[in-house]
Amino acid sequence: MKKVRPMLHVFRNKPKYATVRTNKASQDTAEINSSHSGQTGDPQWTRCDNCSSLIYNKELYKNHFVCHHCGFYFRMSALERLQLLVDENTFQPAEPLVSVNPLDFPGYPDKIAQCQNLTQLDDAILIGEAKIEGYSCVLGIIDFGFIGGSMGSVVGEQITRGFEYGIAKQLPVVVVSGGGGGARMQEGIFSLMQMAKTAQAVGRFKQAGLFYLSVLTHPTMGGIYASFASLGDIILAEPKALIGFAGPRIVAETTRQKIPPDFQTAEYALRHGMIDGIVIRSEMKATIGKLLSLHL
Amino acid sequence: MPTIFEWEKPLVELEEKIQELRNFVYEQGIDFKDELNDLERKADKLRKEIYERLTPWQRVRMARHPDRPTTLDYIKLIFDDFFELHGDRRFGDDQAVVGGIAVLDGEPVTVIGPQKGRDTKENIVRNFGLPHPEGYRKALRLMQQAERFRRPIITLIDVVGAYPGIEAEQRGQGLVIAECIEQMSFLEVPIICIITGEGGSGGALAIGVGDRILMLEHAWYSVISPEMCATILWKDVNKAADAAELLRLTSTDLLKFGIIDDVVTEPIGGAHRDHEGTGRQIKAFLRRHLSEIRKVPTDELVRFRLERFRKIGEYQTKKLSETQVEL
Repeated sequence: MKKVRPMLHVFRNKPKYATVRTNKASQDTAEINSSHSGQTGDPQWTRCDNCSSLIYNKELYKNHFVCHHCGFYFRMSALERLQLLVDENTFQPAEPLVSVNPLDFPGYPDKIAQCQNLTQLDDAILIGEAKIEGYSCVLGIIDFGFIGGSMGSVVGEQITRGFEYGIAKQLPVVVVSGGGGGARMQEGIFSLMQMAKTAQAVGRFKQAGLFYLSVLTHPTMGGIYASFASLGDIILAEPKALIGFAGPRIVAETTRQKIPPDFQTAEYALRHGMIDGIVIRSEMKATIGKLLSLHL
Repeated sequence: MPTIFEWEKPLVELEEKIQELRNFVYEQGIDFKDELNDLERKADKLRKEIYERLTPWQRVRMARHPDRPTTLDYIKLIFDDFFELHGDRRFGDDQAVVGGIAVLDGEPVTVIGPQKGRDTKENIVRNFGLPHPEGYRKALRLMQQAERFRRPIITLIDVVGAYPGIEAEQRGQGLVIAECIEQMSFLEVPIICIITGEGGSGGALAIGVGDRILMLEHAWYSVISPEMCATILWKDVNKAADAAELLRLTSTDLLKFGIIDDVVTEPIGGAHRDHEGTGRQIKAFLRRHLSEIRKVPTDELVRFRLERFRKIGEYQTKKLSETQVEL
C-alpha cells in the first residue's frame, strides 16, 4: 500500500542533507500517514482503535490524530509530530546517520530498509535545531514506527550529538520519546551502551547549566526510559502514554499479580511522582514554548 | 548432588574412573602408574576439548551454574575484611543488592553487587537476585559515600535484570537505573566493574559504568537475555541457545568489540569447580587494573571514562549521493 503524507511546512531552506524525504506526489493531499492503526481500506477514513467510530482523515489530521468521538490518541510519526510542534520553516535536521549491522544479526539490514521506506527516516529518530513558539532549541523525536522506536547506535549517537550541539550553541534540548522496544535488540551490547552514552550526555548538558525537557509519548519503556528519557529537568507526558521500565506483560508473567487497570500510564506515573505533568496534544506546543520561555 | 552439564558427562565419567583406579591402587598396592598416566592425559585432552569449545549457550549456562560463587562468596574470597552497609535511606533495604566497605591489600574500597541466593529459602529473601529500585538507590548511596572518602569502587555484577514488578515500577525502576548510570559516570574515584556471572541489560549497566570493565571467562553480558530474545524472535523460549549465538554476549565477543578491557580466565571447568582459584584470579586482575587507574589524576579519570563510552556505537554517516532531496 502506498504511503501518503501531509505537507510539511517546517523545514528551513532546503537542507544540504535531507534526513527526510517526502513523496512529491502526495504533497497536495491531506491524507494521513497510513502507518496508523485503524485502516479501513479507504484512504479517506480511519477507524478508531478505541471506540471503532469512523473518522474522516482530514478531521483526524486537524485534530492532531486524536479521535474526536472518544479522545483516543493515535500514535504520531516523527514527521507529524515535527509539524505539530515546530514553527514554520525553522527545522534544520542534523547530519543523517544510518545503522550498520555490528552483530551480523540476521534480517536486521532488511528490517532497517523496510522501516526507512515506511517512515521516510534514516533511523528511529528525527533530530535537529528548531524554533518552538519562537524559541530556539534542539528537538529530537523518536518514531515508534521504526523498529518500535528502539535505540541502537544511531539513535544513541544522534541524541548524544543533540546534547553536545545544545552545549556548543547554549540551546535547550527537547526530546519527544516514544519507544516501546527500549534498547534495540539487534545491536546487542552496542544498544545497551547507548544508554550510558546518552545518560552521560544529559549529565554533561546539565553541568553546562542548560535546560532539558523530556516529553514522553506512548509508549516510552525499557532502555529509552531508563536512560535519557527519565533524566529531564522537567518531564511531561501525553495522556494515557505507557511509561515504565518493564513491559506490562513481563510484569504480569513475573509477578503473577493482578495488574492495576491504569498501571504504567502517564496518570499512574504522575500519581507516583515520576513525571511533572500531563499535557494534551493540542496544548503541547504552547506548553513547550512556555517552559522554554521560562529557561532563557 | 552437584549439577553436571550434559557436555561434561564424558569428562566426569573419566574422572570417576581415574579415582576408582587410584582407590584400587591404594587398597591393593598394585602398580598401575602407566595406565593412570594414560588416563590423566586423556582427561586433560578431554577437558581442553570440552571447555575451549563451549558454545555461547553453554557459557550462559556455566554463568548460571548453581554452585558458581555468588557476590558474597567473591567478597570473602577476594577481600581481607568486609563491613556490610544496609539501606537506601529512602524506602528500605533490598537484600538483592549487597554492599559495604572491604579491604584490599590494606586499603579500604567500596564493594557493591547484586546477590543471588544459594537455595530456595535464601532466594526468596534475595528475590532471586533481582533488585528493586531501593537496591539501586543503596548502590548509588554507597558509591557517593565512596567518593566522599576517596575510596575506589568495585562492582561485582551477576544479575539477570532489574526486577519487573508492580512496586518496582511504582518506585521508579527505570528512573533509578538512569540515575545510577548518570551519577556513576561522574564520580571522582576509580571504578572497576567485574561481570562475574550474568550481565542482564539495564539492571547490570546500572552498576556497570567504570574505568575498567572486566568479565569472567564464562560470564555473559547483553542487552537482553537469550530467553527473551528467543521469545521475541521465534516466540519460542526453547530456542534460547540460538539466540545466545546471535547476541554475541560472551567475554570473547565483548573483548573483541572493545566493550570490556580484560577477560578473567576461570579455572578449567569453570568458577564453580574451584572457588578459591577463581577468587585468586579475580584478585590478581583487580590489583593490576586498580594500580593502573590509581595513577590517573582524578579529573582525567572522569574525562577518560566519559570518552570511553562516548566512542561506543557502530553507524555510518549517510553519503550525500544516497540522499534524496525531495522536499
